[in-house]
Amino acid sequence: MHDVGKSFYGVSVLSNVDIDVHPGEVHAVVGENGAGKSTLMKIASGVYQPDSGSVRIGGEPVLLHNPRAAQAAGVGIIHQEFNLLPERTVAENVFLGREPTRRGLVDRRTMRERTAELLASVGAETVRPTDRVGALGVAQQQVVEIVKALSLDARVLIMDEPTAALADHEVELLYALVRRLQARGIGILYVSHRLAEVFDLSSRITVLKDGRRVVTVDTADATPEALVRHMVGRELASYYPPKASKPGTALVTLAGAGNGRLRPIDLELRSGEVLGVGGLQGSGRSALARALFGAPGFSAGQMTLDGKPVRPRSPRQAVRAGIAYVTEDRKGEGLALSQSVLDNALLASRAATPRWFGGGARTTSVRDLLAAVEVHAAGADQEVRYLSGGNQQKVVLARWLAMKPRVLLFDEPTRGIDVGAKAAIHELIRDLADKGAAVLMISSELPELLGMSDRIVVMRDGALAGELPGDASEEAVLSLATGTPHEVPA
Amino acid sequence: MTTLSETLRRPRIDSTNGVWLALGMTLIIGGILVATDGGSLFGQNSTVSLLQRAAGLGIVAVGQTFAILAGSLDLSVAYVISLTSLIAAETMAGSDGRVLPAILAVVAVSGAIGLVNGLLITKLRINAFIATLGVGLLIKGYLEQGYAGPAGSVPVSFQHLGYDRVGPVPVAFLLFIGVAAVAWLVIKRSRFGHHLIATGGDLDVARLSGVRTDWVLIRTHIVCSLCAGIAGLYLASRLGAGAPRVGAEGGYDLESIAAVVLGGTVLAGGKGGVAGTVGGVLLLAVIDGIFNQLAVDPFFKQVVRGVVIVAAVAIYALRLRRKVVRKAAAA
Repeated sequence: MHDVGKSFYGVSVLSNVDIDVHPGEVHAVVGENGAGKSTLMKIASGVYQPDSGSVRIGGEPVLLHNPRAAQAAGVGIIHQEFNLLPERTVAENVFLGREPTRRGLVDRRTMRERTAELLASVGAETVRPTDRVGALGVAQQQVVEIVKALSLDARVLIMDEPTAALADHEVELLYALVRRLQARGIGILYVSHRLAEVFDLSSRITVLKDGRRVVTVDTADATPEALVRHMVGRELASYYPPKASKPGTALVTLAGAGNGRLRPIDLELRSGEVLGVGGLQGSGRSALARALFGAPGFSAGQMTLDGKPVRPRSPRQAVRAGIAYVTEDRKGEGLALSQSVLDNALLASRAATPRWFGGGARTTSVRDLLAAVEVHAAGADQEVRYLSGGNQQKVVLARWLAMKPRVLLFDEPTRGIDVGAKAAIHELIRDLADKGAAVLMISSELPELLGMSDRIVVMRDGALAGELPGDASEEAVLSLATGTPHEVPA
Repeated sequence: MTTLSETLRRPRIDSTNGVWLALGMTLIIGGILVATDGGSLFGQNSTVSLLQRAAGLGIVAVGQTFAILAGSLDLSVAYVISLTSLIAAETMAGSDGRVLPAILAVVAVSGAIGLVNGLLITKLRINAFIATLGVGLLIKGYLEQGYAGPAGSVPVSFQHLGYDRVGPVPVAFLLFIGVAAVAWLVIKRSRFGHHLIATGGDLDVARLSGVRTDWVLIRTHIVCSLCAGIAGLYLASRLGAGAPRVGAEGGYDLESIAAVVLGGTVLAGGKGGVAGTVGGVLLLAVIDGIFNQLAVDPFFKQVVRGVVIVAAVAIYALRLRRKVVRKAAAA
């Protein structure tokens, strides 16, 4: 039996956690951010050492002093952020650190051949060992990560939010892959925020909260409601806030607006309304939001704000016109990670309306905003990198609220954010719309898109594929997004 | 093993072969310019001096390629060159029998300096720029304290390295090509080379994959310093003595970096190679040669070199950006 068991005593992040994986089992680990999932995974993969407790593999206690030791013991991990070198080939990445040699030189042929075998064994023949990793799609890169773990003869595979970066149709491929690994007798620890996935894939579910194991249940006996209750410790009355009661008035209009990435688009953003934008990744959703924000702007057609023509050519102009953009790449584009909560929240106001004196009043009002959106931080001068995803997103929100924007563009506002914080973000978004802002919200998560939007537009290949009411079905969105007839949802 | 379509797909024009294209064009245009001026760029004398010039810088630049590929940098090479030229000449002291001990001394000292650089960067976590600059200034201080001018003397037998040639090709240039070839093999085909590029590409990825990144960086700096030491030996042979300022005055620190970058190696590390560096070195030497033939004002020469380097990096950056946009559009 290849069980991993471990327990810790008296550690603040993680205490007395026991978890075990059987060969060929998918054991899901869920919990809010900060619940200790990452810490647990890092211990299992040798990045951290436990203060107490033990790890056993196949019944044998093992000491995982570093990632290398964990690899040798048969524990592979697929990190949320990929650990790949984009400039190197698939084979070079798979065998990094363990290159086979022949007469002192790296044996590239063996490397290629074994990589090809591994790729074939997971049914990913389309990826070639000589492909440059940076040229691959996100889903394929993930396959490379998995193959890298398999090349170590991993008996246990840890997958940390494996679908976070994937588009919906790629998720299916991942599912198939997971089942394949399962059939080979590999035990999988599957960490995810998305309960739907957990129910689709796992046979058992462990809920962590505040560094403790709340419960481990057989998936067959669990319900999403019960899990959420365990995760947040309270019942979420409903997932989404109520929608707009009355249709809004047009605030932003686009007429034939397009650029290098977008075909001419006619669209209206209405005040008081949340306009959902669906579509696959790369369909032009983000390009649309960015164009509205002038990063880069539209090169053709008309855009009006409040009836007056505008054409932001830079984010600065857009911000001054009252447009705010919450990027999908929170860590890369949204936040200066090494700066404080307060500095991040003040970033936009400082940039848009610099002043030598009188910054104090502004600071006070931003502090109030941070409190209003309920950012949980050790203090306003804490570095933003130490906050959870949900709190980071709230800091970004506070920054834009300080600008009193009339148009808010959200790109995947709850990506990588746990259930409790997600609901809070949803409420904030709805609240903004209720107060008269025009909101555009891009989301890959269909329940979110349908739950939040008053109107939905779906994009495909840089153009609007169609518009749907807020109570449309998932199938309707998917069929527009993929261009398949309604009867055969992708 | 590879199919035809793969072979056809593979030769992308990327930054490393871009420099060879630029070199070819410079040779043609320069050749015409010099010819219309009544000289010859490809005459025996000018070719020999061009290759002589390329040899010294080239060996240093090969070492610098290691450092830059690993995401590091070595600003101490110029002073290492001066120091090792003195060590070589003083140890030899004009005696044939002392050539070997001199070479060993140079290897030991330059290797030790590289070790110090590497330890400062990995163990004390000092930024490579500052660590190697500091070590360089330390050596500079020692040289200025101890030497007013050239010292030591190199026996005639050792001067063969600096002056002999095979046809029009100086022995030193062959040495440079040899060093480059070994370096190419190491980077492309050894585990150290793979780990070096991985470390430069992403330190965390390399470490989490089980690469001992500290050890990689230390070895990288030892290699880089050793190359500077070889260049020091060559210059001692050329000058017949050791010279305390030969490295700094030759600008080997910044020029070696310029040659590497011209060759398409990304300054942040993780991408590039020795082949590009050889092209970069030759390009700089050819530009020099052309201007010497045309008797251009040396200040103007510097201006043109500056423009060439900045333009090259700008072109690489543009190409990279275009590639990223294209990829994003395709995604």
